Amino acid sequence: MPRPDTHGMILSHRLRRGAYLDSIVLMQLQVALRAEPGIEDCSAVMATAANLSLLAASDMLPEGLEATGADDLLLVVRAVDSVAGESALDRVDELLGQRTSASHEDDLPAPFSVREACRRLPDARWAAISVPGRWASRVAHDALEAGLDIFLYSDNVSVADERLLKRRAAARGRLVLGPDCGTAILGGIGFGFANRVRAGCIGLVGASGTGLQAITSRIDDLGAGVSHAIGIGGRDLSREIGGASALAALRLLAADPATQVVVLVSKPPDAAVARALVTAARAVPKPVVICFLGTIPPVARVTNLNFAAGLEQAADLAVSLAADEEKAAVTVTSRTTMPCRLPAAPGGFLRALFAGGTLALETLAQLRFFLPLRANLSLEGVEAIDDPSTSTGHTVLDMGDDTLTVGRLHPMIDPDLRLRRLQIEAADVTVSTILLDVVLGTGSEADPAERLAPAIQEIRARRADLEILVVVVGTEDDPQGRRDQIDRLAAAGAHVFERLGPALEAIVRRTAASPAFDPQPDAAPVAAEPTPLGPPQVINVGLESFHQSFVAQGAPAVHVAWRPPAGGDARLLALLDVLASDQPAPDVSA
Amino acid sequence: MNDDATEATRPNIDEANRTAVGRMVASRPRLVDVATAGDVIPGLTKDLLLHAGPPIAWPRMSGPLRGAIIGALIFEGLAQDADEAAELAASGDIRFAPCHDHQTVGPMAGVVSSSMAVWVVEDDTHGGQTFSTLNEGYGKVLRYGAYDDEVLDRLRFLNGTMAPMLSSALSKGDAGGGEAIDLRALLAEALHMGDEGHNRNKAGSILLATRLAPALVRVARDATGDALARVLAFLGENALSVLNPVMAAAKAMADAAHDVPGSTVVSTMARNGTEFGIRVSGLGNRWFTAPCATPQGLYFAGFSADDANPDIGDSTITETAGFGAFAMAAAPAIVRFVSGAPRDAIAATLEMYEITVGEHDHFTIPPLDFRGTPVGIDIRRVVELGITPRVNTGIAHKEAGIGQIGAGLVRPPMALFEEALEAFAEQHLRA
Repeated sequence: MPRPDTHGMILSHRLRRGAYLDSIVLMQLQVALRAEPGIEDCSAVMATAANLSLLAASDMLPEGLEATGADDLLLVVRAVDSVAGESALDRVDELLGQRTSASHEDDLPAPFSVREACRRLPDARWAAISVPGRWASRVAHDALEAGLDIFLYSDNVSVADERLLKRRAAARGRLVLGPDCGTAILGGIGFGFANRVRAGCIGLVGASGTGLQAITSRIDDLGAGVSHAIGIGGRDLSREIGGASALAALRLLAADPATQVVVLVSKPPDAAVARALVTAARAVPKPVVICFLGTIPPVARVTNLNFAAGLEQAADLAVSLAADEEKAAVTVTSRTTMPCRLPAAPGGFLRALFAGGTLALETLAQLRFFLPLRANLSLEGVEAIDDPSTSTGHTVLDMGDDTLTVGRLHPMIDPDLRLRRLQIEAADVTVSTILLDVVLGTGSEADPAERLAPAIQEIRARRADLEILVVVVGTEDDPQGRRDQIDRLAAAGAHVFERLGPALEAIVRRTAASPAFDPQPDAAPVAAEPTPLGPPQVINVGLESFHQSFVAQGAPAVHVAWRPPAGGDARLLALLDVLASDQPAPDVSA
Repeated sequence: MNDDATEATRPNIDEANRTAVGRMVASRPRLVDVATAGDVIPGLTKDLLLHAGPPIAWPRMSGPLRGAIIGALIFEGLAQDADEAAELAASGDIRFAPCHDHQTVGPMAGVVSSSMAVWVVEDDTHGGQTFSTLNEGYGKVLRYGAYDDEVLDRLRFLNGTMAPMLSSALSKGDAGGGEAIDLRALLAEALHMGDEGHNRNKAGSILLATRLAPALVRVARDATGDALARVLAFLGENALSVLNPVMAAAKAMADAAHDVPGSTVVSTMARNGTEFGIRVSGLGNRWFTAPCATPQGLYFAGFSADDANPDIGDSTITETAGFGAFAMAAAPAIVRFVSGAPRDAIAATLEMYEITVGEHDHFTIPPLDFRGTPVGIDIRRVVELGITPRVNTGIAHKEAGIGQIGAGLVRPPMALFEEALEAFAEQHLRA
């Protein structure tokens, strides 16, 4: 029997197992319950551990409550007496009913499944899914089956489920944004959390929800506008997922006529995924701004790629590029000076032999998003090699490393070791490009070209396909004479640079795969052509507040009165899984 | 490995369901004759009585079914009075079998004995015949368990006067060259006239009478006295005249969808007044049964839910075939049975789309922009969505012989579908 509490009130409660309701509905129910006679306070919550401790904190946790879970609805009222409490609780279904009839602008009751919702809204393109995580991938598979693109707000979806969803989506030419995708603006309609920004020609792909919001807001501040802002969820750019959604989104923006400039923003991605993204971005026939937060940006600009150091710079760059695009539409102008052009040699390897360790590090930082690199230096996204005495693949070596210089002078003084290594690399037929530095100045070797130029000339005579790039660091006043060094090395057949940046850009153009405008990421083969983005019509499954937001924004939307399938009964769900003939096979490659 | 690959050894359930529903929708039942049950219904001998719903023995039968059995035994001349009939029924000398096992369906108690006249329906598409008795109208009638002289007299009129005339008026009858009435087309038209084909059959009954009238007039030149007038009046005034042939038509449709390997489509729903039973296309003739619920509905003056018998009758064959409660949106005139407003009738049909495989090609619903009715209940979707099929039904008094006391809505117990799903999964995994 409930006893009066310290306030002289009586707590009454009901527990409804497997009765999921979204929080907006529960809040409305609380308001309605509080208006019932004799009710002093009430709480209608899903019985999660967090909610139970909140109840305890406000003296609203019933004594002797049976074991509960996150799918159980707990209704608690504090009333002047138990009669008032019980009669208010008896009215719950009626109060919930009032809400339903008032909240649908349409007189038809909400459908119970995605399939039926699609029949009500035949032009629906998107499913916005915000059901509890354990049900999310089941609903998402239903939505894919119905031919919808998916905005997956739900979190707590396993990596295996995410992989499977995205592979099925790719096979159908569909997009899965998320799981745990908080924001998107698609065809001017905000999904999840989104800022009201003006329409324009900048399209964004973001693995960082707030990053995307910050950039779109800044773009709006600067007077420019957004075509689409496609959130993809925080895990898409992990090695396991391979950027499947980001790559699909890039493809869409590449083909989208409303988008003239593309922005790609992400927290630090997996290095291999970053390379796939950069490769795909180079294939976009539009300027692309790339902002990998928390990483050293590589060269500021290579081909159509522009690297930004932070959110604000990304927005500023995008807006200025958008302005350039508008001008370019009127008069064709050359925006870049003519860079060094070497014959393209995709598949051939780079070997960089540095006398200066810092230049080696800078090279790694700048090239790692383009090439899978190995080095005897440590940097995120670069494979560290244990034995620097042999090279494979794209290798960058700091020849001044202690393990190489045991018993010798530093290569800036004694070139012998590096010249021998140069010969070894040149004898490797898989090598297409060699990068060297020559650091001039007091204390350095007196005449680097003396032995280097003949070596280069001899190699070039033997292998015309092997390009040798030399960065000369120094001034005209240095004892070696910069001009003289450069001329002699160039005469020997080397491409000589006075700064590292242009040399690296030349290497990117020559070595990194230069795809046609049809990125086929190996992580997630795209089997079906995605449908271009347009003004969205949305099937909403989960939070009713999202549905209300779509309606308020003028997007045609149908809300699904979703309930846990088979009442959440594990045994029945297992049977249903056995009998779902469209059920995907287990992801054996995971 | 292809994500979408399904193992070739097991039937593809979605494909099987499309096949089953395709067969159901393609079925074209035509009313071709009225004949004596024992002459046309396979296996129906003098000592066998057919009844509605899943199999049941005398001791477990409810009041209305017992009453109808008693009436049928008296009608057959196998017993002189109720006591004798009850004794005979309990003796073991009389056998009982579901109508469904003999290509037959019967409303309410659904009792069919060998001498009774039955409608003969032929499926033009898939072949085969199905049968149902002639409807006795409202009030005190055998199908609600009444068996007094008034009931038996009416049966004799149906058998002796109406049946031969109807037979002559139909294509396969003695006269030849009579009507063969396309029941699918008739029902499709009735759905556009406010019928849903189960609880409301006013329009369909008038259509049937209208179609039969000229032929009846032609064949009845020799009929004595006012027989023709009585037959026409009975057909036209009984708003349930068409229910029985429509049920036989639905049986033909449902049977066409039965026994499709790998199909999870419900091919039978029926009640015997004690238990609700279903059969599933891919699970052969196995019945899944559970105790019947009492319908929720409106009661005629003087009666209440306390008087109601648990749900009874084969008329759920209409919902099984994609109309009845499934076409509720077409029949706003009877929404009071459901709960009130025309909106509820729309909602009822929309809800049934959730659990069905397809939409009917022939039965369409004007208020839903002529969308086809929901057809082919998939047990998987019933269990997944927690939505059981709706059934519109008449409500029988629990005591034999009092008759219909109301009408309303009932749903089969969820346990049936869960049990069937489990059996299906077991079979599927073995395959």
